[in-house]
Amino acid sequence: MNYNDRLSGNEAIAFAMKQIDPDVMAAFPITPSTEIPQYFAQYVANGEVNTEYVPVESEHSSMSACIGAQAAGARAVTATSSAGLALMYEMMYVASSSRLPITLACVNRALTGPININNDHSDSMGIRDAGWIQIYAENNQEAYDNFLQAMPIGEHPDVRLPVMICQDGFITSHALENITLLDTESVKAFVGEYNPENYLLKKENPLAIGPYDLGCHYMEHKIQQAESMKFAKERILEVAAEFEKISGRKYGLFEEYQMEDAEVALVLIGSSAGTAKAAVEELREQGVKAGLIKIRVFRPFPAEEIAEALKNVKAVAIMDKAESFSAQGGPLFAEVRSALYDLESRPKAVGYVYGLGGRDITPQHFQGVYGRLLDIAKGGDLGPVYTHLGQRG
Amino acid sequence: MKKQGLVEFRWHGRGGQGAKTACLLLADAAFAAGKYVQGFPEYGPERMGAPITAYNRISDTRCSVHCNIEEPDYVVVVDETLLESVDVTRGLQAEGAVIINTPKAPGEIRRKLRGWKGRVCTIDARKISEETLGKNFPNSPMLSAAVKVSGVLEEAQFMSDMEESFSHKFANKPQVVAGNMDALRRSWQEVQE
Repeated sequence: MNYNDRLSGNEAIAFAMKQIDPDVMAAFPITPSTEIPQYFAQYVANGEVNTEYVPVESEHSSMSACIGAQAAGARAVTATSSAGLALMYEMMYVASSSRLPITLACVNRALTGPININNDHSDSMGIRDAGWIQIYAENNQEAYDNFLQAMPIGEHPDVRLPVMICQDGFITSHALENITLLDTESVKAFVGEYNPENYLLKKENPLAIGPYDLGCHYMEHKIQQAESMKFAKERILEVAAEFEKISGRKYGLFEEYQMEDAEVALVLIGSSAGTAKAAVEELREQGVKAGLIKIRVFRPFPAEEIAEALKNVKAVAIMDKAESFSAQGGPLFAEVRSALYDLESRPKAVGYVYGLGGRDITPQHFQGVYGRLLDIAKGGDLGPVYTHLGQRG
Repeated sequence: MKKQGLVEFRWHGRGGQGAKTACLLLADAAFAAGKYVQGFPEYGPERMGAPITAYNRISDTRCSVHCNIEEPDYVVVVDETLLESVDVTRGLQAEGAVIINTPKAPGEIRRKLRGWKGRVCTIDARKISEETLGKNFPNSPMLSAAVKVSGVLEEAQFMSDMEESFSHKFANKPQVVAGNMDALRRSWQEVQE
């Protein structure tokens, strides 16, 4: 049974964790994700979950504790942001290469320096090649729904990869909004039990986890990991279809908003996609064929599907909330532009970096971007393909 | 262009005064009345006494916009001294209103509002909260004044939803519920325009 409530994004994730009742949570607090372990610790203290809560001394340790727990055959979760995620870096690779489907709630925040606590995607984009599935949310509802889908995706025998469920720090993590929740029984039935066939504490089949891998096998193991990431795309869609049956809410690899006949389009990630939708609505009222694509799954990257969705568009702006210092655009721009390469006839593409360190972005900003795309679509000059948006004049 | 049926609030307060709490309570009350809500603070350095801003969107359909509110319908000023340093009516819609916590009358405070021509409402939230709660917690009276002036929620339902909300929030100290309810009712009566 679905029921309505109002929760912040952090409350929504903590509540999803409570409904799932994982075996282990290991966490170290860092703004803006701090409230997730804080709320969850209350559930533990109140005896509302059976989880072993491990308060650790750093994020390197929280990920290590999750790795140990998951390798032992338990289901482990954690939450972090920004510098906390950066401190996990080494262990993130250990988790994914050991094929341990840990679930991490990432509340996206800028990386220092200069010191900043506000939202952008530098943290999770910085760790995009660590072999974790990455799923992003526009709002509290999507953060909750994505978290419930993480384990059925990651724990599938042909996937066995850790999953990062991302949402925008403060913008959604600390915003109280309406949300529709599932009853706990439905959540438990949907998420199921974690029953790996092999694990560290299985006495019938003792095994080593995380040993030295000589050059003669390392590459084969990496290829297996890469193949699992390819398969994950299919699994993500299967899980989304199952989730729709119990929730009525539909998810894909990305959301297409007003894309059927769109001539100009944006591609972006997270809460700002919602803000951009307001710009699309207004342009549509003026008869402009504007649309947008909101990326939900960034790893694995849905390249063929994105190319298909953009093939009839004349001009597209790809917008990154992370500066990757490539000197030619952000990570999403690189992925999407590369995805368009195989099309017979490609849209013109420009990249923007926006919203760094919490810089606010409004429907008016997006209107300006669409204005430029309309000029390009009419044959105007493409101009610089890599620019920033929303900085001080 | 603004979405139809959307009402936007901007709160100005100082860290520790409860402006964020009042903003979340307004979201709670509007949710209870069947509205779609957003309640969110703008986070900066978290220091007691530093100016803070919080926002509400209240509407009949889900609002996908997630930016700060530049052109609010209502502005609530929880601390009068902010008028010296913050342009509180910046972007305020001409047909909107500013609601200020002050013992002064609207006519007297208007000259501090940098040429604002629209509605000015005042409420002595400090006095009300000291008399009903024994301490300066201006957020409950400011919430009540904001709801009344904006007309965004109906009085009887607002009061009964708030009573339920306070009973839940203060389950461990029920004596606080009556004081907060008194503060809401008095503010509803005493807000001046």
